[in-house]
Amino acid sequence: MMSDVNKQIEYTSVGEVSGPLMVVEKVTGVSYGEVVQIKAPDGSLRLGQVLEAGMDSAVVQVFEGTRGLDTKLTSVRFIGETMKVAVSKEMLGRVFSGTGKPLDGGPEIIPDKRIDITGEPINPSAREFPREFIQTGISTIDGMNTLVRGQKLPIFSASGLPHNELAAQIARQAKVLGKAERFAVVFCAMGITAEEANFFVKDFERTGALERAVLYMNLADDPAIERIIIPRMALTTAEYLAFELGMHVLVILTDLTNYCEALREIAAAREEVPGRRGYPGYMYTDLSTIYERAGRIIGKEGTITQIPILTMPDDDITHPIPDLTGYITEGQIVLSRSLHRKGIRPPVDVLPCLSRLMKQGIGTGRTREDHDDVSNQLYAGYAEGCDLRDLVAVVGEEALTERDRKLLKFADIFEDQFIRQGADENRTIEETLGLAWELMSTLPKEELKRIEVEYIDRYHPDVKKASKASK
Amino acid sequence: MTESSATPELRTIDTEAGTIGNVAGPVVKGINMRGCRMYDVVQVSDERLIGEIIELDGDKATIQVYEETDGVTPGGPIYLTNLPLSVELGPGLIGKIYDGIQRPLPNIKEVTGDFIGRGVHVSPIEHDAKWKFTPLAMVGDKISGGDFLGEVPETTVVMHKIMTPPDVEGEVTWIAPAGEYTLEESIAKVKLVDGTERELTMAQKWPVRRGRPFKKKFDPEKPLITGQRILDTFFPIAKGGTAAIPGGFGTGKTITQHQLAKWCDAEIIVYVGCGERGNEMTEVLQEFPELLDPRTGQPLMNRTILIANTSNMPVAAREASVYTGITLAEYYRDMGYNVALMADSTSRWAEAMREISGRLEEMPGEEGYPAYLASRLADFYERAGFVDTIHSDDEQRDGSISVIGAVSPPGGDFSEPVTQNTLRIVKVFWALDADLADRRHFPSINWLRSYSLYLDQMVPWWSQEVSGEWPKLRERAMVLLQKEAELQEIVQLVGPDALPPKEQVDLEGARVIRENFLQQNAFHKVDTYCPPKKQVMMLNIMLDYYDMIQGAASKGVSVERIKSLKCREPIGRMATASNEKFQSLFTKLHKEMREEVRDLTGGGA
Repeated sequence: MMSDVNKQIEYTSVGEVSGPLMVVEKVTGVSYGEVVQIKAPDGSLRLGQVLEAGMDSAVVQVFEGTRGLDTKLTSVRFIGETMKVAVSKEMLGRVFSGTGKPLDGGPEIIPDKRIDITGEPINPSAREFPREFIQTGISTIDGMNTLVRGQKLPIFSASGLPHNELAAQIARQAKVLGKAERFAVVFCAMGITAEEANFFVKDFERTGALERAVLYMNLADDPAIERIIIPRMALTTAEYLAFELGMHVLVILTDLTNYCEALREIAAAREEVPGRRGYPGYMYTDLSTIYERAGRIIGKEGTITQIPILTMPDDDITHPIPDLTGYITEGQIVLSRSLHRKGIRPPVDVLPCLSRLMKQGIGTGRTREDHDDVSNQLYAGYAEGCDLRDLVAVVGEEALTERDRKLLKFADIFEDQFIRQGADENRTIEETLGLAWELMSTLPKEELKRIEVEYIDRYHPDVKKASKASK
Repeated sequence: MTESSATPELRTIDTEAGTIGNVAGPVVKGINMRGCRMYDVVQVSDERLIGEIIELDGDKATIQVYEETDGVTPGGPIYLTNLPLSVELGPGLIGKIYDGIQRPLPNIKEVTGDFIGRGVHVSPIEHDAKWKFTPLAMVGDKISGGDFLGEVPETTVVMHKIMTPPDVEGEVTWIAPAGEYTLEESIAKVKLVDGTERELTMAQKWPVRRGRPFKKKFDPEKPLITGQRILDTFFPIAKGGTAAIPGGFGTGKTITQHQLAKWCDAEIIVYVGCGERGNEMTEVLQEFPELLDPRTGQPLMNRTILIANTSNMPVAAREASVYTGITLAEYYRDMGYNVALMADSTSRWAEAMREISGRLEEMPGEEGYPAYLASRLADFYERAGFVDTIHSDDEQRDGSISVIGAVSPPGGDFSEPVTQNTLRIVKVFWALDADLADRRHFPSINWLRSYSLYLDQMVPWWSQEVSGEWPKLRERAMVLLQKEAELQEIVQLVGPDALPPKEQVDLEGARVIRENFLQQNAFHKVDTYCPPKKQVMMLNIMLDYYDMIQGAASKGVSVERIKSLKCREPIGRMATASNEKFQSLFTKLHKEMREEVRDLTGGGA
């Protein structure tokens, strides 16, 4: 158990400083995970955390960087508790740093509670399965990769692609149909540039979302090591808002790639055995302690929905960061450079996209009875159309059959009308499905094999027209 | 420390043995630990966090702790239990959801609320619940390990046999009369070989890292019917067999595992969610009590045990979860049941080993995995099998464990160590394919890469129980699909119309099988389970269709006209035909199809 004895003692026995780590010698009673206050020779105060606790020494990771620390004058105080974040209702509308200090010039908040940022795993038997459809107003998401409340759905992007615009649009438009509920956004920036951060802040200001948002900012020039704790602070705040104040919280985490780089930096400094591409072998477990904090709990009103953003190094989806993320999250939205080049925005490449919770969140009573079939048919048609493009490149369009030409055309209009969408265009689910039927009606009716006959009779534009005409 | 109906062993330990020397994540080093044994369970610090000794060096011991170690301080106490990591076995296991070290999650919830706290000690099965016991042994019976003492109806479908523990041998001196008993009450007294008397209750313990004994292992001879067409017909797994499902994320590992857990014809299901998503376990937990087993008409939960150690739960308990699962499976196998165990995912288990190994600073093998990865995987899969269980009379008592392990290779690349080492052991390989998943071909099992080494052994069962045609149909379909793959390469170069009619018909025949037989909709109320008879009839009709259109083409009927046949649509909807009435429907369809194609050649000739 942690002791308070150490609180009084100021150790000046720093033995070694290396990268983000520091070894303090001749200590007693230091606990694993304990927070450390470090006084640098110039008098500035920094925060750290114990990574390894021994009988007479402790390895400390220093959150605000080790620059300027020495082994003579630097003094260290172990404060006898693990990393905590102060939370209160007053946090809405405020901006905080990676160590929880206000950045907006406002006063420190008066905490309602101080909560451990590590968080405990949600008991699987206490979870409520996510089923509530969230309408984002974006056709590729609503129609084909539906987001539901309590889901974690990352955006796999790459440098130079408009993932921020997409995330902001989701934050702006997301709503659950037919309900007016308390909604909040927790935004966590990890190592992004000031410009990117400004984009979000301005967008939140413009739409009035700022007053129901909590922002945690660690920018590109802030200490990398803070990126390890900042998402946990943000998620702890989100848990407080959701499970204690009953709000529906959307958490945007950007950019997870920077987080993983920071993780690798510490692992390297500790001389750990590296896993794939130098990332630590426990990165899967570590990432899961972030992503798995999304969800719903039986009997609790609030929910946490996560949209993490990560940039795939070199557009490579098999890179450990997107790969491990995909294994934990419930699907992924993938942005494509080739669609972006064609000028299609948002450039969502639907083929590798997935929402694992879609099936349970759509259908009769949630969206519409034909939703699943329509989505399957769009996928099948677009996939075949894309294959045919490769074929056309070799044999020319003349060699195609009539049917194949129609599929080829379908792939084009699908990209142009269904995927392409304005930044402020908010399509209802009815509009999205209507548009899908419109596009599918360019295909022969017998090609719509994924759709139940009764839905074709009910929703196919030709059938509708015909029945109107007969009336 | 929080305590609710703790097991007797846990209540009695108070011997403080060692001192905490060093803490780094889940690995704690203890000092003054001389006298403890490898793999003994210990309790660390005053919070009594559960841990296991994994390395001894003089009076120092390395302990892997099954709970988060934040706040643990060197100098604190370590308590000994002098017991290896064990599970408690007895009535009340079925229908439970456990964490990796057999703590029931709902009971943890009662203690620490919606989030999993630390240092919770809860009993795996209720000790005060009453069970209706019927004796099967009599006073004077000579019994040894595995012999039935009595039975207890555990759920509506599981008759739980109360067995003599494997280490007990002697003569029954007293057996409880039929009636209701708790797990604390004794139900038999046995005079052991050494003359001492031992009282037996309905519960027993078994260390998870040691396989429970059996008499003899046989070659599996019956298929584990799953109701999934591509699995049953093309790549069957046997009762007592082992299978691996490797695939990148989003290819459908978990859905396939869920489908197997729902519909396979094992009597007991042990589902181990090892390092996977919390919501997936919740889905099983909420769905299974509502789904009915097609064979018994009872809720699926009445034959299922869940073990959920999700990715964000402590990594050491994840390492243990697989062993906990297989030990529970062995216990039900010993009663003579066919048990199926799904481990989702064995890669997360291997990663847990890697993480612990890294913290111990062991010399790493391939990709940082410990050098003993291959042997641990082999040990685990070898606990599967079709066996004669232990008991004293000569009559054979069959039981089996089938193990289906999901593998999550990084980047979907099958050349990584976990996939490769698994494939060296298992007999069935279901290769998931991201391309198929992208085009929403589900289950996205690649029919050209997958294999089953049980095919020949399954022929007698299929011939006897379903249809003698099965091996022939299967082979013809495989040949056709193989042909399609070859033709596709040419089509990529010259387009489909450049092929001769015969080859175009080959493509059409393969397409019908691919789209309507290999694809199966797990979310469709009928299609989710396809009985073996229906599978054979479907394949028969499809191959007959292929033969007839090939015949028509050879008589000069154009491919265009073949592709406009009306019967193509009902063939495409065969999968969703009701599982009760498909026989008459299919016979009718078959007849109409023959007539239509005959008209085609009649008109065309």
